[in-house]
Amino acid sequence: MRLRTGEAGGQRREEILLMGRHVVLIEDEPNITEAIRFLLTRDGWSVDAHTDGATAVEVIQDADPDLVILDLMLPGKSGLEIVRELRAQEDMQALPVLMLTARGQMRDREMAEKAGVTRFMTKPFSNAEVLTAVRDLHAQASQG
Amino acid sequence: MARDTLTGSRIRERRLILGLRQAELAREAGISASYLNLIEHNRRRIGGKLLVDIAGVLGVEPSMLSEGAEAALISTLREAAADSGVPVAELDRVDEFAGRFPGWAEVLATGHRRIATLERTVETLSDRLTHDPNLAASVHEVLSTAAAIRSTASILAETGELEAEWLDRFHKNLNEDSLRLAESSRELVNFLDEGDTGEDRRGMPQEEAEAFFQENGFHFPALEEAVAAPEDLLQEAPLLVSDAARSLALAALEQYQADARALPLKDLGQALASEGIAPVSLARRFGCTLPQVLRRLAALPEEMLGQEAGMVICDASGTLLFRKPVTGFAMPRFGASCPLWPLYTALVHPNVPVRRNVVQHGRNAAAFDCMAVAWAQEIPDFGQDPMYRAVMLILPGGKDAEDPQPVGASCRICPRQGCAARREPSILKEEF
Repeated sequence: MRLRTGEAGGQRREEILLMGRHVVLIEDEPNITEAIRFLLTRDGWSVDAHTDGATAVEVIQDADPDLVILDLMLPGKSGLEIVRELRAQEDMQALPVLMLTARGQMRDREMAEKAGVTRFMTKPFSNAEVLTAVRDLHAQASQG
Repeated sequence: MARDTLTGSRIRERRLILGLRQAELAREAGISASYLNLIEHNRRRIGGKLLVDIAGVLGVEPSMLSEGAEAALISTLREAAADSGVPVAELDRVDEFAGRFPGWAEVLATGHRRIATLERTVETLSDRLTHDPNLAASVHEVLSTAAAIRSTASILAETGELEAEWLDRFHKNLNEDSLRLAESSRELVNFLDEGDTGEDRRGMPQEEAEAFFQENGFHFPALEEAVAAPEDLLQEAPLLVSDAARSLALAALEQYQADARALPLKDLGQALASEGIAPVSLARRFGCTLPQVLRRLAALPEEMLGQEAGMVICDASGTLLFRKPVTGFAMPRFGASCPLWPLYTALVHPNVPVRRNVVQHGRNAAAFDCMAVAWAQEIPDFGQDPMYRAVMLILPGGKDAEDPQPVGASCRICPRQGCAARREPSILKEEF
């Protein structure tokens, strides 16, 4: 787990540190959220799930997770905007971001990559794909 | 060779097309044949009265022979060359080409303009598919729900021992999501197949024409009051973009005008007030045909008819030529419609009035009173086959919906199983 200094969210952050790997999931589809939460929890992750795009940047900053899973089309603010805002902050440059989207055209991939998305996954995806992607991204970030 | 030096070539070209000899043209224009010869070989400049005289003999505007007439054509040829993407060796001789072969040059320019128009249409449709917010939202909804179902089903299938609480929750989610997927995919298909708003129907001539009729509420007071001709109504019709759409709209307006003359609005209003919607009786009263009455009733304002009315017209191939939408009765945007519609029953029994109560499959299934008849488009000569068309008036409500006949919109989006009329599989499942 990466450690940063000066972040907000004191007690919650301490609890998470004790629990192990932590992921923030921003997804407005509740049953996808539930399935991913179940999957990742069984894999040893603590999952912090939210549905609103407008508050996503603040939530991620407060939680200081090891990884973010983000839907592209969210109420309030798009996934791409969220990533751009995150990448504009120095301590969020290396945070792995897995983007889930229904739009899988080459242009969408390019836009996501340009915004700073680490990996792009199109819906409908399999659980195995999600797990593999999360593990890979975390391993790469830990090594980096 | 510069454009302004080619007037002579164009005179020669035009003269040869008309089959005139040099001497004949020279005599008519009041000059010597040798002087005309010099002009035609671009060795004498020509303008003023002589140009006007020669143009008059050749039956063209002087500008056709002078520089300006070909400016647009040459510009288009240059665009065609630039857009072709291949080097054109004779680009510097485009003026000469247009001057010497104006017919072929026009063919090339027309082809280029048509390509440009078609490319714009393709771009518009592609753009719509990519950026239409309704479409994007529908696709997102379908794929998100499919993702949720796949994840949940996978957990249920692959997780060895699952706590009862999780098991119940995932079963519940699966049930909810499958219902939602059914709804959202049906909405998506309906959007693609049946959309009936004016704005999104443009792009095809028939859709442009229908958008024009839709904007006018399918009713044209200027034709009712005989204060305008059908052509006049096309003068200010920005929805009619293509010539093909204008032609279709004009034909429909001319039929409207003829129907309005046969059944004047005021008289028809009085007849409706006393007899109600009784097409056969109205046809007898006005001494006109049943198809005229059905078309006329569909064109009346809702407040005059006392209710909403839709209409479809098809040709002998079954192709829908005209659609006036009515709430709750789905009409396919593209492709063939349901062969069970009374419209098609009428088509195979020309001149026999057909009346059926029908109900379309769907969540808000409602009954419709459909009246249809087929007629010969024109009186055939002896030994000539008649060309039939059929019209169907669609009135919501039906006649108390006594045992209505189930019909669909088109096979592709119709979930009815065991239908003898099915011609292709449905992409929907029965009842979900």
